[in-house]
Amino acid sequence: MSAGAPATLRVADVTKCFGAVTAVDAVSLDVRANEFLCLLGPSGCGKTTLLRMMAGFEAPDSGRVFIGDDDMTATPPHARPVNMMFQSYALFPHMSVEGNVAFGLKQEGLRGEALNARVKEALAVVELEGLGARKPHQLSGGQRQRVALARCLAKRPRVLLLDEPLAALDKHLRERTQRELTALRHRLGISFVVVTHDQDEAMAMADRVAVMDRGKILQIAPPRELYERPANRAVAAFFGDVNIWEGEVVAGNKVHCAALQIAFPVTDLLPVGSRVEAAVRPEQIAFTSIDALLTGVVSDVVYRGTASTYFVRHAGGAVIRVARQNSGPETFQRGDTVGLSWPTSAVRVLTS
Amino acid sequence: MKPKRFSWPGAALIAGLVFLYLPLVVVIVYSFNESRLVTVWTGFSTRWYGELMADSQLLRAAGVSLTVALLSATIATVLGTLAGFVLTRFGFFRGRALLVGTIAAPLVMPEVITGLSLLLVFVALEQGFAWMPGRGILTIVLAHASLTMSYVAIVVQARLAGMERDIEEAAADLGATPATVFRTITLPLIFPAVAAGWLLAFVLSLDDLVIASFVAGPQSTTLPMMVFSSIRLGVSPKINALAAILVLLTAVLLVVAARVQRGSKPAESSAG
Amino acid sequence: MTRRQGLIAILWLWSAALFVLPLIIVLKISVAETRLGVPPYTAFFDAAHHVTANTENYSRLFTDSLYVKAYLGSLKTAFIATLIALLMGYPMAYAIARAPAHRRDLWLLLVMLPFWTSFLVRIYAWIGLLRPSGIINTVLQALGIIDAPLHMLNTNGAVYLGIVYTYLPFMVLPLYARLEKLDASLLEAARDLGATPWRAFCAVTLPLSMPGIVAGCLLVFIPAVGEFVIPELLGGPNTLMIGRVLWNEFFTNRDWPVASAVTAVLLILLVAPIVWVQRLQARGDLAP
Repeated sequence: MSAGAPATLRVADVTKCFGAVTAVDAVSLDVRANEFLCLLGPSGCGKTTLLRMMAGFEAPDSGRVFIGDDDMTATPPHARPVNMMFQSYALFPHMSVEGNVAFGLKQEGLRGEALNARVKEALAVVELEGLGARKPHQLSGGQRQRVALARCLAKRPRVLLLDEPLAALDKHLRERTQRELTALRHRLGISFVVVTHDQDEAMAMADRVAVMDRGKILQIAPPRELYERPANRAVAAFFGDVNIWEGEVVAGNKVHCAALQIAFPVTDLLPVGSRVEAAVRPEQIAFTSIDALLTGVVSDVVYRGTASTYFVRHAGGAVIRVARQNSGPETFQRGDTVGLSWPTSAVRVLTS
Repeated sequence: MKPKRFSWPGAALIAGLVFLYLPLVVVIVYSFNESRLVTVWTGFSTRWYGELMADSQLLRAAGVSLTVALLSATIATVLGTLAGFVLTRFGFFRGRALLVGTIAAPLVMPEVITGLSLLLVFVALEQGFAWMPGRGILTIVLAHASLTMSYVAIVVQARLAGMERDIEEAAADLGATPATVFRTITLPLIFPAVAAGWLLAFVLSLDDLVIASFVAGPQSTTLPMMVFSSIRLGVSPKINALAAILVLLTAVLLVVAARVQRGSKPAESSAG
Repeated sequence: MTRRQGLIAILWLWSAALFVLPLIIVLKISVAETRLGVPPYTAFFDAAHHVTANTENYSRLFTDSLYVKAYLGSLKTAFIATLIALLMGYPMAYAIARAPAHRRDLWLLLVMLPFWTSFLVRIYAWIGLLRPSGIINTVLQALGIIDAPLHMLNTNGAVYLGIVYTYLPFMVLPLYARLEKLDASLLEAARDLGATPWRAFCAVTLPLSMPGIVAGCLLVFIPAVGEFVIPELLGGPNTLMIGRVLWNEFFTNRDWPVASAVTAVLLILLVAPIVWVQRLQARGDLAP
């Protein structure tokens, strides 16, 4: 995927209020051709409203929605070349699996053999051949999810919108379906826009993730960039664990942290004297006995299976979180004095 | 099984049900009494049913009532379904609160008020426009439809309110126009409520005395109007037989209604 | 006009023609004068297009003690019957709400079934039971409990009984809807904190079921005030209720203007409770 690829769906400066609540606040967003884009954020952040505006179920108070080159802001849902998979799947309970999948095609005027062929094809894509005559209530949760997917895919939409597609599945099924969705997207060559509140899910599937909070997009970037180079504190905190210290830029391209009583080098070039926040991921910090940046006492250890998190209390009072794989032989106990260090490249300087 | 503990509410429930059913049971039992004296049991007989069937005036009134009930229930169902749909699916529109009020008001309005006010409209229309020459079946049908439409609207509205919007949205998303969504998705899913609403409207129309008395013309006497005038004259074994038939008829209709509801059960369980 | 506006317009037209217009015409005719002929009232506009409004019908309602007594009698009867229905219906609804979940629908159906059977038949059934040579008197005399038949039919008591009998399901349904939603753990918490069952009922169940009580009472009270058939068939000559007066003015005296005035005043009396019911309906307090 190149940055220059044309947008298949474009949201321009869209705002939507419900009463006094601004659900989506002047959001602009491009969905590129054949892209897997995740809208990520806590519940109530506006991600579902944004998705529903793309599908046409909510009309924006201001701003425009383009699909391809066409302005579709005022186009009703049934006339938009995008399809949505609902969180509840919204299968038609009174129709068979085949009836559900055929429904959208019939609206296009498809009948007879051509219709049957397309239905078969869609059911084959989600591996549900042979279950066409069943009613939705005779299916398992995973099978229902596939029917909902097949129903959308049968329409061959330009963009597939998915609202929390994995939320109703159990953990085991969720991981399998995650892999299937990404595989499907590579095979079909259509764009996916997925709403989710689960950052692991977003990281695992997406080409790009738009992190949303209170109606705004905080940052939109590939997962690795979001994790390693978050634009601000909120994004940094949203993805996994992070240590954030306030400090001041001093000579020699260093940041002096009062809480840690040290100055450590950073890669970003900043004017001396500016107030900044320095973020370091716990897994980037290493225990060391030589050349330690600082020392502290282990105050708590939380065992998490493959790794453990150590809480190291510094003499200045700050508590530093350190993650360490549980593969090595030596472990530290509460009360041990340890030295800590991290590579300069691990420090991410956040300006608010 | 553990011994059942005595409970005051439980006893009240049983007593209440005896209170509700005993009079009906007595009427049905005595409809098979051979004696003309209603309270003295002289033997089992179906002669009063026979006499009932030979009463041509009564049969004509029953015919009027059935015609009125069929027509008014059908009109009420169409309009009530429309009202239920508009009130749950159209969001806000100007005058919505007032419309809700005018649709729900007939539910609690005393029948004498509804009856008199509708009659006066029909008379005024007759005077002003010579539109409705005389009163008769048509005026009763309209009056009953305007009353029972409220009941249908409530039943349908409750069903629609309890139905997730996303099923209809999914249909729209798949390319169905609003009319197609209603025809292929909404209507099939609310059908049990629509059918129940029709039955309710039918039974209410069949049962109404007061409104029909006001708006009926001289040629259109309904069954309740006839029953009322004969009850005023006293208890008779023939009326016992008629009462038994009416109770039986509603029992049959209710069994049908229960079947319709049960037929839709699987759809309901997966819609949740 | 869009299709949406068209559908709304159909409903408006129907409501206007068969609900709003009728009430306006009632008001109009209530200020007309009686005359012989068809229709039996004078026109609102006379030949010179002047409004002829006559408030005599209304002043008659307030000066003739018959009408005042009938209104008060209706309110009294409706009030007493509503109270009895509440006292009977509450324990019934409570028992159903506390029954095992799979039985509740059946019990509720049993309570609602009589509502579906003919209203006239149900009232008729009570005539057969209550009259001097009726079943109750026959049985009591046969058992030697009484010597002479009790006078039960054509009394105010019979009217209360008829109203309670007819409208009891309307009381039970909203009460049940409320009691069924009541979280049983609240009562357990109250008991756990040391309340006796009766205290727990008074402090928790009763206040939380108040919307159901209000809804049920209104649903019985409003139609009872305007009731005609029950006082006519079960009541005595002294049972004065406004529905009966209205019926007689209209059908017997053919005094349409006075009947309209009676209706208008009855409507004004009931506007507040009717609006109240609609509020409850909008909030979903009326049915499960």
